[in-house]
Amino acid sequence: MQELLRTISLTDYNTRVVVLGVAALGLACGWVGTFMLLRKRALMGDALSHATFPGICVAFMLFQLIADGGGKSLPVLLSGAVVSGVLGVLCVMWIRNQTRIKEDAAMGIVLSVFFGLGTALRGIIQKMPGSNSAGLDGFIYGKTASMTSFDAWLIGVIAMISCGVLLLMYKELKLLCFDESFAKGVGFSTTRLDIVLMGLVTLVTVVGLQAVGLILVIALLIIPSASARFWTDRLGVMVLIAGLIGATSAVGGALISAVVPNTPSGATIVLTSFGCFLLSLIFGIRRGLMIRQRTLRKAQQEILLRAKL
Amino acid sequence: MLWDVDLDVPTGTLVGIVGPNGAGKSTLIKAILQLVPVLAGEIRVFGQPYEKQRSRIGYVPQRESVDWDFPVNALDVVTMGLYGKIGWFRPVRARHRQKALQALDRVGLAELATRQISQLSGGQQQRVFLARALVQEADLYLMDEPFAAVDAATESAIVQILKDLRKQGKTALVVHHDLQTVAEYFDYVILINGRVVAHGPTPTTFSPENLHKTYGGKLSLLEEVAQQLREKR
Repeated sequence: MQELLRTISLTDYNTRVVVLGVAALGLACGWVGTFMLLRKRALMGDALSHATFPGICVAFMLFQLIADGGGKSLPVLLSGAVVSGVLGVLCVMWIRNQTRIKEDAAMGIVLSVFFGLGTALRGIIQKMPGSNSAGLDGFIYGKTASMTSFDAWLIGVIAMISCGVLLLMYKELKLLCFDESFAKGVGFSTTRLDIVLMGLVTLVTVVGLQAVGLILVIALLIIPSASARFWTDRLGVMVLIAGLIGATSAVGGALISAVVPNTPSGATIVLTSFGCFLLSLIFGIRRGLMIRQRTLRKAQQEILLRAKL
Repeated sequence: MLWDVDLDVPTGTLVGIVGPNGAGKSTLIKAILQLVPVLAGEIRVFGQPYEKQRSRIGYVPQRESVDWDFPVNALDVVTMGLYGKIGWFRPVRARHRQKALQALDRVGLAELATRQISQLSGGQQQRVFLARALVQEADLYLMDEPFAAVDAATESAIVQILKDLRKQGKTALVVHHDLQTVAEYFDYVILINGRVVAHGPTPTTFSPENLHKTYGGKLSLLEEVAQQLREKR
C-alpha cells in the first residue's frame, strides 16, 4: 500500500523520470501517429517496428565483441534499430515497386522475416558465453522501469524535434495526407514529404522501443490518433488530442506496470490506450456512438413529426 | 497507356476531352501535370515546359481520388489551392483564408465554409474542388470529370464558372462523359481512345463519324448513349 502511494504521488525520483519520459513519448507518438494514420501508413509503422529487431541484436553482438562483454549501450542498440528499421521499410517499398506484390503482402513478408531473423539472433546471443541478453527482452515487450534519465532526455529531445518539424511543415503534411496528386500539382515534392514523415515515425518508434516494446509500439502511434478522431473534425485539434491521449495512456500504463507486479509496461500502456479508445468511441462528441445515436433519433423524430403534420 | 498524342489547344477556349472508359482521358491530364511518366515526346504549356508554368495551372482531380472523411472543412480544402503560392514552411494567414472564402462564395458555398467535408453532398464536394482550383488564379485549368455524378444545381454552377473563365481569356481542359452536352459546353473537343482519334473545333470535329471511330471498337455509339441515359436516371 505504501509503495502504491509512493508510486502514484511521484515522490520517487526514478518514477518521476519514467513518468516524464513516457509522457513525452506519448505526446510525440500521438502527434506523429495522427499524420501517419491519415497518410494511411499505419501498418508501415508496424513493419518498421518489427524490422528494428535484428538491428538491435546485431548491434548488441557487435558491441559485445568490440567492448568485450562490456554490457549494452543504448545509443548503439538504437542505431542498430534505426538501420534495420529503415532497411525494412525500403524492402517493403522495393517489393511493392519492383514486383506485382501488393503493399500489404510486402509488409507481411518484411515484418515476419525481420522479426524471425531477430528472434534467431536472440537465440544465438543467449548461447554466447558471458553475454547478458536479459536487456533484449525489454525491447520486445517494453520495460519502463529500467528507464534512465538519459533515456527520458533522449525521448524529450525527439518529442521536441517532432513538434518542431510538424509545426514547420503542418500545411505541407496536411496537403500530402489529404490529396497527394494535388500536392504534386502545386509543386511540393511528395517524396521528400513522405521521407520527412516516415523519418519522424522512425524516430519516435525507435525511442519508444524501450518503453513499449517493438511488438506493441505501433499501438501508441495508432490508437491515440484513432481515438482523437471521435472528438473533432479539425486536424489541428485532432493532433493535440492525440498527443494528450498518447501521454495519458503512456503515463497510466507505466504507473500500472510499476504497481502491479510482473506486468510488462508495453502491455499495460496498450491496454490503457485501449481504455481511452473505448471512452472516445462511446462518448466522442463528433463521431462517438452516443452522439450518432442521438442525431439518428432526432432525425427520426423530425420525420415522424412531419408525417403527422 | 496513351499513344500518339499530337495536339495543340488554342488558348481562351473550353476544351472537352471525350472518350470511352479507359481511353486515357485522365492520363492525358495527369501527363500534363507530370503525375504519370511521359515515355516519349514533350508537353509544353503556353510554349514552355511544365515546370516553368506550374503556377499558371489549376487542377481539379476526380472527386473519388481523396478520402472525404479527412478532418478538414470546406474552407481548409479551398485554402490548399494557395499552398503552392504561399510556399514551403510559410504559414497560412488570414488574407489567404479571406481569398479562399471568396472563391467558395463564387461556387455558392460560402455558408458551408466551416462544414466538415464529409457532410457535403457530392455536388458540393465537387464545387469545393472547383473553388480550390479557382483560388489558384491559373490561366489553364485541368479538370478531371467535374460533372461526374453531380446534381443539376452543381452542373449549372460549373458551366457558369467555365463560361466566366473563358470570358477572362482562360483555357480549360475538361474530361467529360456526357455526350449529350458536349456540343453545348465546349468550343473545342479532343476525342480519345488509347490515342487521339480527332481534335478540333466542336462543330466540325464532334461528328457522328468521329464518334463512331472513337467508340466504335467497344460499343456502338447508340448503345453507349442509351447506357449513359440510363445511368443518368
